[in-house]
Amino acid sequence: MTPEMTILLAIGVPLLGSVLIAMSDRVPNLREAFTLLTAVATFGLVASLYPLVIAGGQPRVELLTVIPGVPLSFKVEPLGMVYALVATLLWMPNSLYSIGYMRGNNEKHQTRFYICFPLAIASAIGIAFAENLFTMFVFYETLTLSTFPLVTHKGNTDAVRSGRVYLGILLTTSVCFQLLAVLWIAALHNGGAVSSLNFTHGGIFREGLASGAVSPAIFGLLFFLYIYGIGKAALMPVHRWLPAAMVAPTPVSAFLHAVAVVKAGVFCVIKVTVYVFGVDLLQSQGRGDWLIYVAGTTILAASLIALFQDNLKKRLAYSTISQLSYVVLGVALFTPLGIMAATFHIVAHAFGKITLFFAAGSVYTAAHKTQVSQLDGIGRRMPWTMGAFAIGTLSMIGVPPVVGMASKWLLINGVVEAWSIPDGHFAEVFALVVILFSTLLNAGYFLPIVYRAFFKPLSDSDRAHPHGEAPWPIVTALTFTAALTLFFFFWNKPAYELAELVRRAVG
Amino acid sequence: MQVVLDHYNYWVCVILMMIGFYGVIAKTNLIKKALSLSLFQTGVLVFYISIGKVEGGTGPVLDPRNPEAVYSNPLPHALMLTAIVVGVATLSVAMAIIVNIRERYGTIDERDIEDIENQAQE
Amino acid sequence: MERIHQNLPALIVVLPLCMGLITSIIGRRGLGWWLAMGTASAVLAMAVQLLVNVLESGTLTVTYQMGSWPAPFGIVYVVDPLNAGVLTIVALIGAIVTLYARKSIASEMDPRRLHFFYALWLFCMTGLLGITITGDAFNLYVLLEISSLSTYTLVALGRQRNRRALTAAINYLVLGSIGATFYLLGIAYLYMVTGSLNIADIQHILATKVFPTWGTDAPMYRTTVYVGFALMAVGLSLKLALFPLHGWLPNAYTYAPSSVSALLASTATKVGAYAFIRVIFTLVGTGFAYRMLHTDVVLMVSAGAAILVGSWMAFRQTSLKKLLAYSSIGQIGYITLGFALGNVNGLTASIIHLFNHALTKGGMFMALGVVAYRLGNTRLQDVQGLGRKLPFTMAAFTAGGLGLIGVPLTAGFVSKWYLVTACIEAGRYEMAAIVLVGSLIALLYVWKVVEAIYFGKRPENVPGVKEAPLTMLVPTLLLAGASIYFGIDASTSARVATAAAHFLLGVTP
Repeated sequence: MTPEMTILLAIGVPLLGSVLIAMSDRVPNLREAFTLLTAVATFGLVASLYPLVIAGGQPRVELLTVIPGVPLSFKVEPLGMVYALVATLLWMPNSLYSIGYMRGNNEKHQTRFYICFPLAIASAIGIAFAENLFTMFVFYETLTLSTFPLVTHKGNTDAVRSGRVYLGILLTTSVCFQLLAVLWIAALHNGGAVSSLNFTHGGIFREGLASGAVSPAIFGLLFFLYIYGIGKAALMPVHRWLPAAMVAPTPVSAFLHAVAVVKAGVFCVIKVTVYVFGVDLLQSQGRGDWLIYVAGTTILAASLIALFQDNLKKRLAYSTISQLSYVVLGVALFTPLGIMAATFHIVAHAFGKITLFFAAGSVYTAAHKTQVSQLDGIGRRMPWTMGAFAIGTLSMIGVPPVVGMASKWLLINGVVEAWSIPDGHFAEVFALVVILFSTLLNAGYFLPIVYRAFFKPLSDSDRAHPHGEAPWPIVTALTFTAALTLFFFFWNKPAYELAELVRRAVG
Repeated sequence: MQVVLDHYNYWVCVILMMIGFYGVIAKTNLIKKALSLSLFQTGVLVFYISIGKVEGGTGPVLDPRNPEAVYSNPLPHALMLTAIVVGVATLSVAMAIIVNIRERYGTIDERDIEDIENQAQE
Repeated sequence: MERIHQNLPALIVVLPLCMGLITSIIGRRGLGWWLAMGTASAVLAMAVQLLVNVLESGTLTVTYQMGSWPAPFGIVYVVDPLNAGVLTIVALIGAIVTLYARKSIASEMDPRRLHFFYALWLFCMTGLLGITITGDAFNLYVLLEISSLSTYTLVALGRQRNRRALTAAINYLVLGSIGATFYLLGIAYLYMVTGSLNIADIQHILATKVFPTWGTDAPMYRTTVYVGFALMAVGLSLKLALFPLHGWLPNAYTYAPSSVSALLASTATKVGAYAFIRVIFTLVGTGFAYRMLHTDVVLMVSAGAAILVGSWMAFRQTSLKKLLAYSSIGQIGYITLGFALGNVNGLTASIIHLFNHALTKGGMFMALGVVAYRLGNTRLQDVQGLGRKLPFTMAAFTAGGLGLIGVPLTAGFVSKWYLVTACIEAGRYEMAAIVLVGSLIALLYVWKVVEAIYFGKRPENVPGVKEAPLTMLVPTLLLAGASIYFGIDASTSARVATAAAHFLLGVTP
């Protein structure tokens, strides 16, 4: 099979999967089998591209020409590979977990639910492998739309209202900012000021800026439009959709936070920074300096908010917002190591956060508890779940021996590298302070949960309602991801190598 | 004064059209409205016919005895035959609809119809 | 066969005209629909053939002389990439909606008079096709009136369901006639200057004999041409329902029978827009209309207001047909904005949106027609929870809605792509912003309906609803599917639109 075929299949197989799932509406077991099969097949297809990418290959394929001159085309490069691998790898435990969760809670409309997941994964792969700005935008939007039915799955007033926020913010930002930026660049391209609409090494503005065809102000404005056009990165103040989406069933939350959606956001931020605007251009033009402050503020503010959330999933949501801004902070250093740290953190955060969500859902399924304050002593009844939760927590804080530590280490290295660039060093100091404080805050809002679960006694009312662990698919899934989080600290070669390739592409 | 007299055919047309236009806007009786519309169109007809006139021109029938003759332009007149037909058709469609309105509402006054509809909504 | 081939430009207008007459005489007992359907299919085949002929001919034009009288003496029909495209739109929508109309209209009027409906239907198509294909300014007026007169009557046929159709029709009649009369008066002025009614001839005389004198001490007929153009522009704006001359449109679309709304929304205003483009770009030229008279500024202001006000009014409606009608006013704003920009991409956007919006809005009106057919009403509360009852119809409606928002991979997105690019190229950043804000308002009004469809609760004690009959469902899905297809692969539609834009602007690609 040629790599070109593989790329198309990686998008085609999930689409086919959703058709099969739709057709097996009446036979739940068959339907679930299709879901798992699709997940495994998709991961296999994406993973089979890995050796080629590591060897420096960048296969590309054109699907069709939507508008003359603007094809829907794909090209696999290391950064996209990281995101595609993470998304498809984690989709497997996510599917397994969904099955346990949906059955355990007797949710309605399960077929619709399972149809939407593969569509979203296909969109995610489309984003990961997009060769040009147009393709990325198209799949960015389809990802929003295909996850909308998932977010509003419960169908009650609350879900509809949150769905409005979800769709409203994501579509508003993408249409008003990202689309405007894409079209602006297309207009510049028509006028010859921009070399290409494709993602290019070193960015597409090099000649335009040098010849004066693109003014630095427009360059900066376009960067701004792009950063805020990617609402999925949940940079403040466009982060509201993420807590709103918490009404969704937990597998969906896990999917949004760890597998596809927010990862798509930060991935796009890295991708456009590296391949559209160019890291060194942003560094030398100084038009993106504001980003580090926005990201830093988001990290601290979101952590502070998380500290005061009693709803477990809300607390996790705000934690995600702050963790995403770590990625953006890495980008905003505009150094090769910073980009590498950002890339690596996509992986690290994904493993930790999916574990945390799985645990939250597990608690909900087994004990029907949603608030942190209800969790006293639950660790003794659900040791696997809360053990996994503890591991995820450590990863968020960045304590060895879990993977979160590795990305934080890289991030600090990035700051050190940025230090070597002669400027006021104010931004670097700011970044260091943010990292330090946020680590403390992370510990502050996560460790009490672990403490409660394991060291506080059960409340009297809980004693009257005995329960055990969640159903086995849930426990299997969360054990698997917790193990990954641990394991990845010691053996993170694939992610590290890919991130290293990204770093070299930048530097 | 000279300006007015020089362009007297235009003035006739303008006056006719404006009377018609006023009627269309100001009258609430639908029949009067339709008639005003007809008047408005007639203004244009007059305009066309007058621009076909050539000074000293005669009817556009070739006269072999008088090779020097100047003829009026027959084309606008021919065009207006079509326009008259269109005008008649418009008026008759309007009347047919108005008859229907009378049957369904019992009135042909716009204000009354509006009142009836508003009451029906409440 | 060869003869038919040669006479295609005339046949495409004459055939529906004659068949209309025949239908009114012999079209009783269901035969009317067959006659109309056969004619519409034949017209579609002819339109496609003409489009192919034009694109393949070296000059990109096919001229047909009525009765072999050469221009400027006789009436000529001229087919170029622009109107061949518009012809195809009209014929395509006409054929699909005719298929749909059979069941739909049978439930909406006296079955003994259906043949008159189909006769009027064919006359309406005659007029629309004729406006598009004719190369004669006065002939255009006549055909405009043929289509308008039949349209007024078709709108009034909605009286059985709601008597407001009658007031809507008379209102439309009055405004439509005023518009047509303005246009007629405008031709008179140009005729005074040029002595010709042939569009190409008028253009030639203006460009070679009249405009060159304007820079000198003795400008010829300057005021006359100004007034003539202004009158035509106002007249056509009324037909096109360009803000603020859109007053007739919402009620006419709302109270007309379902199939008539679908036909009107996707063809009538499109043809109006075509005629406007023709007048600006071919008859007087952009040099006069835009650079001298700055009509483009006026049009842009109108278009911007149409986009914002139309979309906002759509958001405030609870009658879904009215919602779509106001949305049409906004979409007409997009079309107008495109040709007001005057550059290649803008014109392409305009032309491609004629097509894309025809598909999108046609499909949506047809979906609403199904709702009306099954439930008798199309208010927001009627579609609550219908997503489970009418899954296909509602999916078609939603697909159209996504197209109105301009979500990628729908036809609406392609239009928006060209339009916003054109705005930025022309340096009209404020218009680009308005277009994007318009999309967001579209999101508001579409989502209002989508939420009702999929999350609303069906009221208690209402009888069950079945999915639409096949003859209604298939055309609806066809248009909805097309609106998706031409968003995924816009190469055909974009090729025609770009060819037309290049042709109009005299640019060689």
